[in-house]
Amino acid sequence: MQAKKRFFLLFLCCFFGIYCFFNVNLNNENIKKTRKDQLPEFATIEELTESPSRKKRNPQATTKSCRMQTCFDFSKCGSDPKVYVYPTDGPVSATYRKVLSVIRESRYATHDPTEACLFIPAVDTLDADPLSPEHIPDVASRLSRLPYWKNGRNHLIFNLYAGTWPDYAEGALGFDPGDAIMARASASETIFRDGFDISLPLFHKEHPERGGTPPAATGNPFPAPRKHLLAFKGKRYVHGIGSETRNSLWHLHDGNNLILVTTCRHGKSWKDLRDERCDEDNREYDKFDYEQLLANSTFCLVARGRRLGSYRFLEALAAGCVPVLLSNSWRLPFDERIDWRRAVIWADERLLLQVPELVRSVPPERVLALRQQTQLLWEQYFSSIEKIVFTTIEILLERITAHRLSRQREALIWNASPGALGTLTTYGDSRAHLPLGARAPPAPPAPAPPPRPLPAPAVPLAAPPATPGDTYTALLYAQTTSPALHKLLANIATSEFCEKVVLVWDSERAAPTLKSLSRMAGDFRDPLPVVVIDATTHYPGEGVAARWQPLWAIPTAAVFSLDGDAPLLAEELDFAFRVWQHFPERIVGYPARNHYWDESKVSWGYSSKWGGSYSMVLPGAALVHRALLALYGAAAPALRLAVRRARNCEDILLNCLAAHLSRRPPLKLAQRRRYKPALHAAHHPRSSWSDPEHFVQRQSCLNTFASAWGYMPLVRSVLRLDPILFKDPVSTLRKKYRKMELVTS
Amino acid sequence: MATKPSKSWNNGENHLIFNMVAGVAPNYNTVIDLNISKAILAGAGFDTWTFRHGFDISLPLFSPIAKRINDSQPKQKNYMIISTQLNIPDDYLAELQSIASSSNDLLLLDRCKTGTGKTDYTKRCEYTTGKVFDYPDVLKEGMFCLVVRSARLAQPVLMDILASQCIPIIIADTIVMPFNSHVDWNKIGLFLPEENIKNLLKIVHSVSKERRGELYWQLRWIYDRHFSSMEKITLTTLEILNEKVFPLAARMYEDWNMPEHLYGPVNPLFLPVTAPKSPGFTAVILTYDRVESLFTLVRKLVRTPSLAKILVVWNNQKKQPPPSSEWPVVNKPLKVIQTKENKLSNRFFPYDEIETECQLTIDDDIVMLTPDELEFGFDVWREFPDRIVGFPSRLHVWDNVTGSWKYHSEWTNQISMVLTGAAFHHKIWSWYYTYKMPAEIRTWVDDNFNCEDIAMNFLVANVTRKPPIKVTPRKKFKCPECTNTEMLSADARHMSQRSACIDRFSRIYGHMALKTVEFRADPLQYRESAGVPHVYPDIGAL
Repeated sequence: MQAKKRFFLLFLCCFFGIYCFFNVNLNNENIKKTRKDQLPEFATIEELTESPSRKKRNPQATTKSCRMQTCFDFSKCGSDPKVYVYPTDGPVSATYRKVLSVIRESRYATHDPTEACLFIPAVDTLDADPLSPEHIPDVASRLSRLPYWKNGRNHLIFNLYAGTWPDYAEGALGFDPGDAIMARASASETIFRDGFDISLPLFHKEHPERGGTPPAATGNPFPAPRKHLLAFKGKRYVHGIGSETRNSLWHLHDGNNLILVTTCRHGKSWKDLRDERCDEDNREYDKFDYEQLLANSTFCLVARGRRLGSYRFLEALAAGCVPVLLSNSWRLPFDERIDWRRAVIWADERLLLQVPELVRSVPPERVLALRQQTQLLWEQYFSSIEKIVFTTIEILLERITAHRLSRQREALIWNASPGALGTLTTYGDSRAHLPLGARAPPAPPAPAPPPRPLPAPAVPLAAPPATPGDTYTALLYAQTTSPALHKLLANIATSEFCEKVVLVWDSERAAPTLKSLSRMAGDFRDPLPVVVIDATTHYPGEGVAARWQPLWAIPTAAVFSLDGDAPLLAEELDFAFRVWQHFPERIVGYPARNHYWDESKVSWGYSSKWGGSYSMVLPGAALVHRALLALYGAAAPALRLAVRRARNCEDILLNCLAAHLSRRPPLKLAQRRRYKPALHAAHHPRSSWSDPEHFVQRQSCLNTFASAWGYMPLVRSVLRLDPILFKDPVSTLRKKYRKMELVTS
Repeated sequence: MATKPSKSWNNGENHLIFNMVAGVAPNYNTVIDLNISKAILAGAGFDTWTFRHGFDISLPLFSPIAKRINDSQPKQKNYMIISTQLNIPDDYLAELQSIASSSNDLLLLDRCKTGTGKTDYTKRCEYTTGKVFDYPDVLKEGMFCLVVRSARLAQPVLMDILASQCIPIIIADTIVMPFNSHVDWNKIGLFLPEENIKNLLKIVHSVSKERRGELYWQLRWIYDRHFSSMEKITLTTLEILNEKVFPLAARMYEDWNMPEHLYGPVNPLFLPVTAPKSPGFTAVILTYDRVESLFTLVRKLVRTPSLAKILVVWNNQKKQPPPSSEWPVVNKPLKVIQTKENKLSNRFFPYDEIETECQLTIDDDIVMLTPDELEFGFDVWREFPDRIVGFPSRLHVWDNVTGSWKYHSEWTNQISMVLTGAAFHHKIWSWYYTYKMPAEIRTWVDDNFNCEDIAMNFLVANVTRKPPIKVTPRKKFKCPECTNTEMLSADARHMSQRSACIDRFSRIYGHMALKTVEFRADPLQYRESAGVPHVYPDIGAL
C-alpha cells in the first residue's frame, strides 16, 4: 500500500508540475484561455535557437568519469577492429587464463599491436580482494608498465570481485583503471560509467571455457506446473554488508509455495557470531536441495550478498527459474544491450514483504515468456566463458561500428534468436536482411544515390545487403566442365525463381567464358546472367573453402549452393526454394547425412547410411541464407584453417555453424539421396566420395569441430518435406511436381 | 523550492520536477539554482553525464511549430537530406557547406536575409542561391533531416522533423534522447558522431532501402503515440513513472517499438527448440454420443507410445457419459470432463487436466490413424512446437467471380489449414482461443456450430505468421470405407458456411492471415525400400 501512496504522490506532483510549467490543453477550454494569457511562454523560439558558445564540450567537473567520446581513441579502429592480447608474463588465475585463451583464438585477435584497436592486459585483474587466494598483487604497477598502456586508453579490463571484508567497497580495485574500459561484475549505478563500462555476470571457477550446458528447460508447459512458486537457499550474514535483506527472508518462508531458507553456518567463526535464529534456520536449510529447488521453482530469488551480483543469477537463468532481483541499483550483465525486462522481475530490497504478492501477480503467459527468455539469454550470452567474453567484445565493437557507420544491431537482434553472436554487425542494417522471415515496409521514393561501384572481391562483408525477395542465386562450384555441368546449367535456366548464376571455377584450366544462359524455347524471359569467378586467382590456396567467398556477386538472400555436377532437375530447384522461403534460417536441400556417437571409439561418427534420422544436409545441393555464408567467412579461424588444410569438410562446418546458431536441424527434401552423377565417379577429381580415406577425414573433421565448439552442435530430425501429393495414387495431371517422383535415390 | 523548502520536500524524495529547457554548454545544467537531490527529474536535453540512469526521465524539447504540421505526405521525397536549423555551430556549418557545395543530396537552408534584420521563422533560404522555402513545409520533402547539437544538446527542430515524417539524423554526442528508456531511437533515426560529419553522405547512402522504410514508418507511429501533443508526452511520462513503481506493469519492448500493423503480433512460443519427447502429449477428444466410435478411438490411441493421457470432453448435457465399467480398459490415464453447454469451443478450453504442453485434438470418429502415424505426427510437432501439425488439410482460394474467399477441400498441391479433427498443437493456443481470440469469432463459432477449426488456424497463423504442417499422405477421414471423395458426400450448405467463415475471419483480422505451403512432412524413410529397418513402418496410404 505504501507503493500506492507513493505513486499517488508522484501523480499529484506530476500534475502540479505540468500545470505550472506549460499551458496544457487538458482542462476546460474556457477557464484555460484566461489563465493561459497570464502564464509566461516557457521558451521563445529565439531562446531555443540560441547559437553555441565556443566553449569546449567536455564537462571538466567530472574528470574521473569517462565516455567513449572522451576516453576512447576511435582513430585506431578501422573497418575490421582487432583485439590485441598482451603476452602472458607473471601469475594468472585459471579463470583469467581461459578468458585470454578464448580471445587469442577468436576472429577478433591480432598479433600486431600496431593494428589493434582494443588492448587486453595479461595482468589478472579479476579478483581485487586481497583476502582471496586468487588475488594477484601488484596489479597497479604491472598495468602501468604495459608498453601501450597510456593511462588505460583503449584497454579493456575484466574484474569480477572488488572490495574486501567487511564493507566490500566497489571502488576498491587496488589500481586506477584510468581511461580503460572496465568490464566488471556487481557494478552499481553510482560507479558505473554509462555507455563506457560493461557489466559482467558473476561466474564460477568451473564455468566451462567453451560450449557449455544447453538450456535445461526446453519444454514450455503452460501454465508452468512447477512445485514451488519462489525459492531461495543461501548464506545469511549476521555481520557486515548485505545482511539486512537476507536476515529477513525467513519471514516469507512457508515451507511449500515459498521456500526461502538461509544458513549462518559459513566462515571460520560462525559459532561465535551466531544469533538466536541460526539453529532453526539451519534445520529448515538442510531440508531442501539447491539443485532441486532451482528445477522445481517458477521464480528464484536473487538477493544481493556481500556484493550486488551473485552466482545465483546465472544458476537461476540456466535452470529456467525466473530471477526475482533483490539487489537495488545493480547494473545487470550487459544491460547496455540485453533487455532484462523480458527475463527477470525486479523487487525492492526496502519492500521485501511485498515479494510474495509480486510474484503471485505475474500472469501465466508472462511467466511462459520470461522462462523462454531466460533460456534464450543463457544459451546465447552466458553458458560459457567464451560467450561472456565474446559478448563483451561484441558490445565494444558495436560501439565502434556505431561511431564509424552510424549503425548497430537492432535491439530485437540482441534479445531474440539468433542473438548478437549469431549475426555480424557489419552485415546489413535491417532485420529483413537476416534469416528471420521479417519484411520491411516500403519507403517513399527519394532521389536515388549515385550508383555504387561493385565492391572489390577482397571485402565480401562490405557488399550491399542482399534483398530478401522472391528469387535465388545459384552458386556453383566446379573443377571441370562436364556434360553434368551443362545439364545442370540448362536446368537452372528453366527454373522459375533463379535470378543469377555465379560459377566458382576452381581449376588450373582456363575458366569457361560464359556471360548468360539462354532460356528454353517458348520461355520469353531474358537470358539468365552468369558470373564466372576464377577461384585460383581470386582466392588462391583456399581450395574448396573458396566456394562461398564471392558473396559480393550475390544479390539475393537465398543462395542455392550446388556442386557443378549435381543432377538436380529444375522442378527440384524450384520446390527447394519454395520450401526454403518458409525456413530461411535453415539449410534446405537434398543430400542428407547423420552423425552418431561411437561408444567403442569414444568419438563422433559420420554416417551416410539411410537410417531414420539425419542431422546434416550437404550444401552440394542445398539452399542457404547469404547471411549464414557471411558468418561462415567470419567463423573461428582455426576451423576454417582445418577446412583449408583438409580440402574437405566445408559442408560439415557449415552445417555445424547453422545448427549452432539456430539450434534447429536442417531440412531434407523428397527422396533424392545421391547428388553426384554415378557414371562419372571414376574420372572425377573428387571421386573421393567412395574413398574410405575421405570418409575417415570427414569423421575427424566432425570431432575437430565438436571439440572446438565444446559440444556437438548438430541437431537431428526425423522428417523430410515432400510435395503435398508426392507419390500419392492420384492422377499425375493433378500434381505440380511430377518429374521429382521419378527420382528414386 | 531551493529558497523556501516546503515541509514535504524531504530532500526531494518522491518528488518529480519538470524541466523543459536545459542549460547551455559546457555542462548543460538541467536545473539551475536548485539542489534536486533525490527528486526525479523529467527534463529535455539531458546528456549522459548528468542523466541518472533508471531514475530520471528524458523528455522531448517541445516545439510549438510541430503541432501545426499535419500528417499528409508527398508522394515522393524531393531531397535526400535537408538541414533547416538556424543555430548550427560554425565549424559544423562549414563542413556541411562543403558537402552541400559538392553534392545535390544535401539541401542546406539558412535564415533569409531581410532588410529589417528581424528573422522570419516561417521562411528558410538556400545558402548559395537564396531560393526561398516555407518552413516547416519544406521538411516534408526530405528523406533525411539534420538535427545538430548547438548551445543546447536538444533542439526543438527534432519535433518538427518527426511531425513531418522525415528521418532525423542526430548529430549530438552524449545526448539522451526523449523517453530513451523505452523508445528505441535506433529504429527512428540515425546518430552521427560529431567528428564524423564529413562522412554524412557516405553514411546516408549506405542505408539500405529496407532500413529506410522501417525508419520512415516507425517514426510516424512513435510520433503519433508519444510526441504529437503535450497530453501524449505527459501520459508517456506517467506510464514510465508508473513502471518504476510497479515494474510488473511494464509493457514489453514490442509494445513500445514494434507496431503490430507493420510487424504483426508477438509469438508466445519463441524459443527455438525441439520440444522434449518424454512428457508426451494429451489427446483431447470432443464427443457427443457416438460411444462406440469413441471407444474404438480410445483403444487405438493408447497404443501410441508417447500418449500421456486421454481427456474426453463430453459435450452432451442430455445424456450422462457411460459408467466407468463400460469403458475400455486401458493402460493410460483417462479422464472425462462433462461440459455445461454443448459448445464447439469446449474442445479448445485450456483444461487443467492437460498437463503436457502438446495436445492432440481429435474427433471421436477419426479411427483410421495408426500408432506410427500418431507418433510420427507428435515427433513432427516437437520440431515445430509453435505450429498446428496434423493430418487433414484444406486450402483457401480467392474466388474472382464472387470476389470473396472460398474454402477448398479437394486434393490440391497446396494447403493452408490443418483441421483440428486430428491435429497436434501447443496448449497455449487453446488458452489463446479461449481468452485472446476476438470474441466475435468465438461467438460466431458457438452460435453456428461450425468453423472452430478454421478459427484455430486463423488464430495461430495470425500470431506466428507461419503456415501449419500437414503430416503423411493421409487424406480420407470421414468415412474410410467410402470410395467417393469427400466433396460428394459433404453437405453443400456446410461447405458454403465454411467459405463464409474464411471470408468473415479474414475481415475481422483485417487481412488474410492464412499462409499457403506446397509441402508436407513424411518420415525420412517413407517409400524407401532400403534394408535399414524403418522407424515408422506403418504409415497409412490415402
